[in-house]
Amino acid sequence: MDLEEARSKEVINTGAIPNTKIQAISRGLKRKRKLEKGWDWYVCEGFQQILYQQAEALKTLGVGPELKDEVLHNFWKRYLQKSKQAYCKNPVYTSGRKATVLEDNPSHSDWDSEPDLLSDFSCRSFVESGTDSQPDGRTQKPFPISKASQSETASICSGSLDGVEYSLRKEKGIVKMTVPRTLAFCYLSLLWQRETITLSDLLRFVEEGHIPYLNAFQHFPEEMKLYGRDKGIFAIESWPAYEDIYKKMIEIAKFLDLPRFPDITEDCYLHPNILCMKYLMEVNLPDEMNDLTCQVVKMTGIGEVDFLTFDPIAKMAKTVKYDVQAVAVIVVVLKLLFLLDDNLEWTLSNIAEKYNEKNKEDKPWFDFRKWYQVMKKSVDEKKQKWEEARAKYMWKSEKPLYHSSIDRAVVYKRREMVVSLQKQFSTLVDSAPTVEKKSPSSFQFNWTEGDSARTCFHGHGLQGILKKKDQSLTTKNSLYWLSTQKFCRSYCKHVTTYEESNFSLSYQFIINLFSFLLRIKTSSLHEEVSLIEKRLFKTKYSKTKKKSRSRKGRKY
Amino acid sequence: MSDFSEELIRSKTEDDQEESCVFSGTGMSFPWLQKYIGTVATGGKKEKDFAQTTNACLSFIQEALLKHRWQKAAEFMHSYFQILEDSDSHKRQAAPEIIWKLGSEILFYHPKSNVETFNTFADRMKNIGVMNYLKISLQHALYLLHHGMLEDANRNLSHAETWRYGEKSSSQEVLINLIQAYKGLLQYYTWSKKKMELSTLDEDDYAYNTASQNMLNHSWKTSVNLCALIQTPGVWDPFVKSYVEMLEFYGDQDGAREVLTNYAYDEKFPSNPNAHIYLYNFLKREKAPREKLISVLKILYQIVPSHKLMLEFHRLLRKSEKEDHHKLGLEVLFGVLDFAGCTKNITAWKYLGKYLRQTLVGNHLAWVQEEWNSRKNWWPSFHFSSFWAKSDWKEDKALACEKALVAGILLGKGCRYFRFISKQDDQVLRKKIKRIKKSVKKHSIVNPGL
Repeated sequence: MDLEEARSKEVINTGAIPNTKIQAISRGLKRKRKLEKGWDWYVCEGFQQILYQQAEALKTLGVGPELKDEVLHNFWKRYLQKSKQAYCKNPVYTSGRKATVLEDNPSHSDWDSEPDLLSDFSCRSFVESGTDSQPDGRTQKPFPISKASQSETASICSGSLDGVEYSLRKEKGIVKMTVPRTLAFCYLSLLWQRETITLSDLLRFVEEGHIPYLNAFQHFPEEMKLYGRDKGIFAIESWPAYEDIYKKMIEIAKFLDLPRFPDITEDCYLHPNILCMKYLMEVNLPDEMNDLTCQVVKMTGIGEVDFLTFDPIAKMAKTVKYDVQAVAVIVVVLKLLFLLDDNLEWTLSNIAEKYNEKNKEDKPWFDFRKWYQVMKKSVDEKKQKWEEARAKYMWKSEKPLYHSSIDRAVVYKRREMVVSLQKQFSTLVDSAPTVEKKSPSSFQFNWTEGDSARTCFHGHGLQGILKKKDQSLTTKNSLYWLSTQKFCRSYCKHVTTYEESNFSLSYQFIINLFSFLLRIKTSSLHEEVSLIEKRLFKTKYSKTKKKSRSRKGRKY
Repeated sequence: MSDFSEELIRSKTEDDQEESCVFSGTGMSFPWLQKYIGTVATGGKKEKDFAQTTNACLSFIQEALLKHRWQKAAEFMHSYFQILEDSDSHKRQAAPEIIWKLGSEILFYHPKSNVETFNTFADRMKNIGVMNYLKISLQHALYLLHHGMLEDANRNLSHAETWRYGEKSSSQEVLINLIQAYKGLLQYYTWSKKKMELSTLDEDDYAYNTASQNMLNHSWKTSVNLCALIQTPGVWDPFVKSYVEMLEFYGDQDGAREVLTNYAYDEKFPSNPNAHIYLYNFLKREKAPREKLISVLKILYQIVPSHKLMLEFHRLLRKSEKEDHHKLGLEVLFGVLDFAGCTKNITAWKYLGKYLRQTLVGNHLAWVQEEWNSRKNWWPSFHFSSFWAKSDWKEDKALACEKALVAGILLGKGCRYFRFISKQDDQVLRKKIKRIKKSVKKHSIVNPGL
């Protein structure tokens, strides 16, 4: 976000989140016997609440307010329509009650003013078309669980009106909303707005608690009671994983029939040139490497607008993992410069060290060994802290969730016990050194010139590892080894299994470093590196199956 | 966290989700596979991050405890409590015991904790999960004992004694007996103190009667409490000792004898050398016949041949009239000196020297040879090397002399040890050395011409 300019656009405030409407309308309905008094609410409203909270959090982080008011809101409405929960004739709330609550909404609400926003999407308007094109049999589908939801058995209940049937609902072709998918929605909006938050940044903010996700339901309005089946829907016990959210994002984009996203051009934050620069700075590598990364980007064609822009309705809808890809490019550049075979990089370091000792006033040559020592120490420290934070993470919410009236007492008692035990032990713990919540930043490492304790390598030169060839510079290292020997003929997800022991220690270190930075699996990063290499060394792959050395010159 | 090999064995019986096979023992290692194999056992569900957190937390706590970083351990313990709310019922049920063990450890050592905190913690943990009540009560009582709070411990134990919950399992039975026994021990302690007081009082003193009556009460309580436990197979040395002491004080010799005999000879009880020692000492006090004493010590000899009572045993055997006792006496002596702990025991060497002479004079060369055969390969370097000769002479000349006698008899006058000692010139021991030389010349088994 440091690189973003403030956008000054008139923000059209599209009004409050619809929750207030719904609660007003539903007051008139007859209520089921409930375990707790409160409003009637539907599960999708719950998700709406969560999205709202997340959008607010993103706004606090510096994202422009259009994301919340326009983009995300519209995506959500489109989802509701596509999944037939709202904005269409005969939404799916059956179970004998035919709650046609939301059906009336479009005509009553402020959202009639919204079609002009919806028309931003330069495709067919979908306000009514969705239902027309669908066969009519859908809405009156007899749900097998309708019996259960009518029964007043205490064992199956939920705070929401449709919690039970929601969890049992299994419709083909409809993407059911889940809490992880809220993040997918957020990311889609961020991507649409081309904001300076990558997916790994987003997930990291979630983990650090800047964006509500786990136990987001704790911030629901007081009157929205949550229990029973709602627990399975809203209380998750896993951190979001990159691959998972990424897949969900594509799935949702396809489901929503979204058009081609705004172009990602060279001046966009998400363009590999800029992301590479950001990551180079973050891992304390010399600025001069940026030229090389730009070269690689150009040669592989991954900087093209068409390649980078997300187009869900294209034939093979896939998008780019911008952050992983940028990092993979850096890895490839490091391999080009240093070979990373546990040998050459140290030899080159020796040369650099000797030069630096003799010429203390000149711009120092980049010394891989010194960099490794500095980075390893920093990363190990960070990793240790991260592991400890994960071990101390409190998963359970303050107010316990229970499945039914039977285990309600037990659950409350347990919580009470835990709280009292915690109180007792907190007196033993020094209150002083608690880690204050860090202010969110997209940079996990910061390096400053002149800090003697932690050398900053940004200004170091690459002369030691480049040599002159005619009128341009090329790498001293003329060898290369490929991360993957063979790719599957059919396009499958797993192009290569990353087995650490097959690779050099330097390579392992680099991969571990960057995968920790992005909080992804090492195998994902390795895969991405392989894909970049596949593009870079196209000819090698098509010719032979054997691993071969390639000689390439970098030209300025 | 089960063993990797355990997971492998389990996974063989279930469908392997992975294409690659894992053969244990062919040298292929698939570290990333373990995670997936783990999920096979759990029915395909990946370990949730909640479980990851609690597992990581647990290992951090254990690490902190090992390094004595109580502060850090308390921090992580604070977060670990959430396992009591785990949706996995197995983990939830196993949690209280783990939390008790770790928590009590932390509270025992943490500088900021005190008896108050421990008490609150123990009381809370007792009431989580029914099965832990007795165990925690007992450990709580021991903690209080450690801090010298005897009355509190007593109260605690009494409270725990009255605990009942449905059908008692056998393990709970033992715990209840233990609790009663510790109570009994506390009673014994009070009784013992009163005994001390009593001994200072005069018999005619008016307080004497009340005091002795008081004592009687305590002893009765003690016996009631200890009885049950002593009858269960186990090692109950302190309890048995106190009980017997009380019985003897009140003149119940038969009772005491019964308890001790039972403790030593009942097959169900684990083999315990102390049991035999207690019995022997009791019989000695009772002045039992030599035969009896010998039979008791014979068993001790079989369990612990290096015990210091073996010398007493030898004396008994020597005085006996039976010939096989005499033979055993020789065996016992050799047996004692087999052990490194007894090499400097001058009495043992003295006895051996004397007894060898006696045996050889009695024409029992065969006995000596039998004993010596199994030892002649290693005793010379174990006892009689030139290093030992020098070191023994420096440390304890008397010991060296006794050893020299034995060495000379067994190895002949040419052996290093004997030669070294015989060459020494010492004012005090000159005569003795001369005598030794004579004995060796006469009795040495190396020179057949006796």
